[in-house]
Amino acid sequence: MCLAIPGKILVITEQLDDTFRKGKVSFGGITKEINLFMVPEAKVGDYVLVHVGVAINVVDEEEAKQTFNYLKQMGEVEELNE
Amino acid sequence: MKFLSEYRDPELVKEYVEELHRITTKPWTLMEICGGQTHSLVKNGILDMLPEKITMVHGPGCPVCVTSVSVIDEAVFLAEQPNTILCSFGDMLRVPGSKKSLLEAKAEGADIRILYSPLEAVELAKQNPDKHVVFFAVGFETTAPANALSVIHAAQQKVTNYSILASHVLVPPAMEAILSDDANLIDGFLAAGHVCTIMGMEEYYPVAEKYKIPIIVTGFEPVDLLQGILMAVKQLENNEYKVENQYVRSVLREGNRMAQDTIHKVFEVSDRVWRGIGAIPQSGYEVNDAYKQYNARFRFAIDIPFAEENKECISGDIMKGLKKPRQCPNFGIKCKPEHPLGAPMVSSEGACAAYYHYSFNAMEENIAV
Ligand code: SF4
Repeated sequence: MCLAIPGKILVITEQLDDTFRKGKVSFGGITKEINLFMVPEAKVGDYVLVHVGVAINVVDEEEAKQTFNYLKQMGEVEELNE
Repeated sequence: MKFLSEYRDPELVKEYVEELHRITTKPWTLMEICGGQTHSLVKNGILDMLPEKITMVHGPGCPVCVTSVSVIDEAVFLAEQPNTILCSFGDMLRVPGSKKSLLEAKAEGADIRILYSPLEAVELAKQNPDKHVVFFAVGFETTAPANALSVIHAAQQKVTNYSILASHVLVPPAMEAILSDDANLIDGFLAAGHVCTIMGMEEYYPVAEKYKIPIIVTGFEPVDLLQGILMAVKQLENNEYKVENQYVRSVLREGNRMAQDTIHKVFEVSDRVWRGIGAIPQSGYEVNDAYKQYNARFRFAIDIPFAEENKECISGDIMKGLKKPRQCPNFGIKCKPEHPLGAPMVSSEGACAAYYHYSFNAMEENIAV
């Protein structure tokens, strides 16, 4: 549960003000509602590192894909199914 | 062991391993902090690639492993209150408390739910206005922003039937506790990449300076770990002690300021008891006074006697880098992932479970060859 997992922002679902934003993020096909408060610069289509429901960083696409594959192989993405 | 071709960049892996063998002249003991790194080192067979003179010991960076028996007892107490739902990350359920684990409490009828995120717990509180929802907020600095955000959201939306049981732990004070132990053997640290994505690197400079020890902020993939080890050994061989950043693709020197502000809004630094290690001053986060209505300890006036640790488990020595899992007399005999005596056997990021799962396989493979 300690690692952050990269995923792609599909759509912004809620925007209450400048900072409070939620979006749907896809992790290799598993979609989750993710809080985007800490990555104000992130746009739809961007890849973000997500930890327990909160995006903590924007990462580039190639990096995101490689990291995701690695985590999957390590069995670290199972928490997304909870 | 894995084939080199399976790594992200097999050429680099080979290059780093060769260079490590070339430059290492003295014995060095390095500690990786993060349990994700431990898992990766063991599972990918990296320990077998290192020069014999380099010993990796496995630090306390697994929240499941360091949450004290008393805090598990508090969580069980809360779960057993009437009209209460206790929510937790899945890994915490099997950690033994002094009387029972959360899993046993659940089997006896307590309403315990496994959630992916604390923010889901706030939603659950909204859907169950007649119940009180507690989130078991464990974790290192990486997890603190999400837990803090759940409290802020609950307050903003006037959700009053929500609180958290905070059991946050902080990396730099744990490093200092390990380094100031008279028996300390550690020559260099690999700091945890994702912790630093949030907190940045500032806190590590005084530690490196005071203890004259290299600290390398490192990722968790094989290439990252090997490069981090190489950077540490280079410094050691040159008599240097600097803070360096291997994980530049995710870590900025200042970290994520927005995340830090969120943490500081809700939490204050507090003393914390670490399982196996004991009390470390100023090494945790507790909900501050401004948000005390969201502190489960305050809401439920928890008063639970301090619980002793299981004396048979030597996890403290393991997390301080003084012993390896196989040196525990219970390893693989009385203590297995199905029947853990101590927390490092519970989570896949705990050193004992990592050794149990992968070293046994590797040993069998070697025998078979
Ligand atoms: S093998 Fe079990 S008893 Fe021994 S240190 Fe690890 S968790 Fe504790």
